[in-house]
Amino acid sequence: MIYVILGVMIWAAGWVLNVQLANGLSSEQTSVKIAIPAIFGLTIVIVWELMVRGFEVNPVILPAPSSVLERLFGEGPILWADFQQTVLKGALIGYVVGTVAAFVVAIVADRSDFMTRGILPVGSFMAALPIVGTAPILVKWLGSDWESKAAVVALMVFFPILVNAVAGLKDTNSMQRDLMRTYAAGYWATLFKLRLPSAMPFIFNGLKIGTTLALIGAIVAEFFGSPTVGMGFRISTSFGQLALDMVWAEIVIAALAGSAFYGAMTWLEKKVTFWHPSQR
Amino acid sequence: MCPRKGAASSGGRIEFNWHNEDGCIVKSVLPVLTVVLAILGIWLLAVIPMNMHLVADQAQRDGVIVVPDEPAARQAFSGVGLTWHNPDLVPLAYNFVRPRLPSPQQVAGEMYETIFTKSITSKRSLVYHGWVTLAPTLLGFLIGTGLGVLLAVGIVYSRVMDRSVMPWAIVSQTIPILALAPMVIVVLGSVGIQGLFPKSLIAAYLSFFPVVVGMVKGLRSPSQMQLDLLRTYHASNTQGFWALRLPASLPYFFTSLKVGISASLVGTIVAELPTGARAGFGARMLVGDQYGQPLVSWAALFAAALTAAALVGLFNAIERITLRRMGMAAV
Repeated sequence: MIYVILGVMIWAAGWVLNVQLANGLSSEQTSVKIAIPAIFGLTIVIVWELMVRGFEVNPVILPAPSSVLERLFGEGPILWADFQQTVLKGALIGYVVGTVAAFVVAIVADRSDFMTRGILPVGSFMAALPIVGTAPILVKWLGSDWESKAAVVALMVFFPILVNAVAGLKDTNSMQRDLMRTYAAGYWATLFKLRLPSAMPFIFNGLKIGTTLALIGAIVAEFFGSPTVGMGFRISTSFGQLALDMVWAEIVIAALAGSAFYGAMTWLEKKVTFWHPSQR
Repeated sequence: MCPRKGAASSGGRIEFNWHNEDGCIVKSVLPVLTVVLAILGIWLLAVIPMNMHLVADQAQRDGVIVVPDEPAARQAFSGVGLTWHNPDLVPLAYNFVRPRLPSPQQVAGEMYETIFTKSITSKRSLVYHGWVTLAPTLLGFLIGTGLGVLLAVGIVYSRVMDRSVMPWAIVSQTIPILALAPMVIVVLGSVGIQGLFPKSLIAAYLSFFPVVVGMVKGLRSPSQMQLDLLRTYHASNTQGFWALRLPASLPYFFTSLKVGISASLVGTIVAELPTGARAGFGARMLVGDQYGQPLVSWAALFAAALTAAALVGLFNAIERITLRRMGMAAV
């Protein structure tokens, strides 16, 4: 019971602190802007820990954050191997393959207005579909190692990137194109010097959507067959052993990997599209 | 150009629009048909090499002369090579019972049979399985959207919530939470919660954050000038909300609805996939795979795609009608 009361008190204290910080004089400072969500997150984790102890929640239903943390540091080699298999092999390779394929199709389609008008609606339609459902089929075709995961990922990221790339390549006005013509720039020069750069804000949109999809695809595909390593494999087998702290440890890794992947794309976007109004 | 430009739309996603004010639907029909036909053509061609090894094995058992006649020797050939040596087996590839890649007409036939000729209470009816998937999707979507709008209002009016919750709402969209859907189902199942609720929970979670992020953007979209004007009218905060912020947020709201509903549907299907669910699109995809009935998988896959398309199309229509009635340009 003491844990529960303590939890409520910490929650209240955290909230009061955040109210003070958010309405205080220094609320526009960067450090405070980071501190407030950090305090919020920390409060939730502490309250979670205390509630699990206070109500003696069965660890099969909800493990305490401390035991998850223990797993994170205790099972380093296993988690690292899973990370390599799923993120570095499955997700990343599939992501690169899907992106390259989308670029090639987009540039080919871009040469004719007819193709563009056909591919845009079909592509954006496909992007809204539950493509992850093809995972069982692809695992059957390509075997259970990372190749089939990469294929699922490539298929999932292909359409959002394709649609954004095709739309982005159209995003130049006739004034800009005319200027290129006065420079006697040919198709390829115009493509590399004008159209691709100005398509970049769109393309990065697609790339950022793709980061989350890539991890989802790689993990979900492992549920349908995998070698005895991988995050999806670990999640489903740990679950079978009722080791929920391990499942949560994998969730933390997946969350960190997802945010890092997304963050890396945002960073790259800043570097590449520094000229765009939204980045200035 | 027909579809909306992605960078401009809220949420940063390009959505698909069937039609636009400038009669885009007419202009796009031919190109879209061409692309669809091209995809169908590639599919039709791929059917032959994909199935050729299986077809050749079966044909030999049926007493047809196959070149080469050793099954082991056939493995050395690619699907294309085998087709080259046995051109008369091609028609068989299109009607093979358990194909690796079924032909389009097989999938269409299976879909027709399971949608129209089975009674909708039958376990073999796709309509029945569709409803099993659709019901939790819609319920979860309603819950997620409702809570999302409430949280967005809270964020817009409370500085503390904005500062403490909003960063997490944004970060949460980069987390592959969908991958955990099956586990959530099993956890809840182990404590005795089954049926509609666990799947709805996932659908709700997935539609929640897009709605929060979109609605916050929408509720903040009125300019300072408009807000000041209301203040000169001596409008209260509540009046300002109903008369200005809420109507102004509608275009953003619809955009997030469309993102949310397709996320919800994908979530429910993934939740059904590896959890031993007996009904629903996800279960059908898996059952077909495990029991060697690829047609069942493929029909479920396409039915799920059609459902997603229908839902997004429905919201598109509602959006167009609403925004037109409100005098906003249907973007």
